[in-house]
Amino acid sequence: MPDIRIVVCMKVTPKPEEVGVDYSTNLLDRANARSEINPPDMNALELALSLKDIHGGRVDILSMGPPFFEPFLRVGLAMGAERIFLLSDPAFGGADTLATTYTLARGIDHIGGVDLVLCGEESSDGATGQVPPGLAEWLSWNQITLVDRIVLDKDKHLINGRREVPGGVEVLQTSLPAVVSVKTASNEPRFMNYRIKERVFSEDLVTIWGESDIEVEKTMIGLTGSPTMVSGLAQAPSRERRQEYLTGTVEQITQGLVALLNELV
Amino acid sequence: MVASLYSKESEKKDICIFLEHRGAGLAPVSLELLSKGRELASHAGWTLTGLLLGYQVAGAASEAFDYGADRVILIDNPKLELFTVDAYTHVAYQIIDVYRPGIFLLGATMDGRDLAGRLAVRLRTGLNADCTGLQLDVEEGRLVCEVSGFGGGILALIEMEKHRPQMATVRPGVFLPSKMSAVKSGQLIRPEIEIPDEIIRTRVVERVIGEGVDLTQAPVLVAGGRGVEGNFEMLNDLAQLLDGDYGATRPPVDDGFVERERQIGQTGVVCRPNLVIVCGISGAFHFVVGIQEAETIIAINSDRDAPIFEYADYCIVGDVHEIIPLLIKALREDRVAERPA
Repeated sequence: MPDIRIVVCMKVTPKPEEVGVDYSTNLLDRANARSEINPPDMNALELALSLKDIHGGRVDILSMGPPFFEPFLRVGLAMGAERIFLLSDPAFGGADTLATTYTLARGIDHIGGVDLVLCGEESSDGATGQVPPGLAEWLSWNQITLVDRIVLDKDKHLINGRREVPGGVEVLQTSLPAVVSVKTASNEPRFMNYRIKERVFSEDLVTIWGESDIEVEKTMIGLTGSPTMVSGLAQAPSRERRQEYLTGTVEQITQGLVALLNELV
Repeated sequence: MVASLYSKESEKKDICIFLEHRGAGLAPVSLELLSKGRELASHAGWTLTGLLLGYQVAGAASEAFDYGADRVILIDNPKLELFTVDAYTHVAYQIIDVYRPGIFLLGATMDGRDLAGRLAVRLRTGLNADCTGLQLDVEEGRLVCEVSGFGGGILALIEMEKHRPQMATVRPGVFLPSKMSAVKSGQLIRPEIEIPDEIIRTRVVERVIGEGVDLTQAPVLVAGGRGVEGNFEMLNDLAQLLDGDYGATRPPVDDGFVERERQIGQTGVVCRPNLVIVCGISGAFHFVVGIQEAETIIAINSDRDAPIFEYADYCIVGDVHEIIPLLIKALREDRVAERPA
């Protein structure tokens, strides 16, 4: 049985707590937000690298986004990833779930020989978790979502993915190739490896592919390939609250709370 | 642009809801979606259909009628007893191809999301995930989905022009369930659909299910954040006294103090309790979205500038580690005094 080849899908997102709203334009204001690797994707990378630690093989990173993603993704090289494939082309921009999953699937086809794709649970900007199943469908591969542990049987080409479900846990088994999404915070991503840290600066470990480099239908990528469109933005309605302060000594506050709770419950 | 399986021109003026069952009945999120679907359908003069997949679940169909469905399409098959994304996608795809609803809605549950993500690609249509509001533009037959942007209090409205069905997932707890006032019957359709064994590629090798936690159904919630410093036993004690349940923001969940099912907010559950007591939580927007529909909010925080106070009806500037134990003690004494000897 040859070594297993894993691709981790990663994305760079602005730190959610630093994204504001420009109320004059009603648009998201990302100007002051620093970027980072989408934190759930770090859990996917860690799980991939831990499988490599046990079974050998190779882990690559696949991403789709503008060129500024590259320096952020390079951290993965010093953690132990082999190579970065960045799908970067203005034509890919403005993609919704359908176009994004299509383009990523073509990227995986173009890498070739991939056994397992790992994704973060969700992106911190979109937070919808619908990319992994969509990606699996484009590839016609099996899927297991939200796992916190994977046991690989290299000889049988099978994986067992453990996941929490309402009220308990289950273990799902599927054959490779497969797409698996990894539960956020299910592991502790490793630090950069000191001995290979210079890989971060290595020119030849990053491959950038544009529209003409991978086989994509022009009509199915980016904004053109996206059935959904944003038709408007609105201020989230906020409900008027009383904002009544209970004050006094701790005992008085407690008595006030007891009276309030007896009234409300 | 790639065309969807069927176009707007060949759609039926029908809203179809993916029904999830739990035990003998329908899951709360399915009742919520049926109720919202009924409202939209009645307003536009469309029909409302429930799609029920499972094994020996026919009993749940009548509940769908109680919540406004005009008809239920039931596929009762042992191969659908446990959810597998392969079998469910296979069946849902065929039903949608035949019945061609203009709109297809699912709960944003684990299974609902797995199915929606896969099915939308198979149908070559768009998917609006985790919607916080739905409107139906009657003239255009267009579903307008409200989706909350990250971190901020901004909502994006998203629509689909040509692709059908218009698919969306909605979090549990976003809409209110409402039972029809009059007894309503409907049409039960039971199509035959073959599910070849080889299409099911995942198999459950182990499953240990205990009592599940469902915060969306708790009338009273006690929620804790970093400021609780992991003392959720204290919050549980208070919640028990109030016949409620306890939850948390993301950090205590990430730190392993609380199960993930108890996480409230944008990446957790959205709740609408009668009362929520918010303890040691600063009030970041991604948490607040999970409780902002509560009837009454009480906030306790030692930082008087904490944003949470802007969202609260009753504000207490103080130390939760001091106030909550006193409150528990006082409530217990109260209960003892009330109880006749």
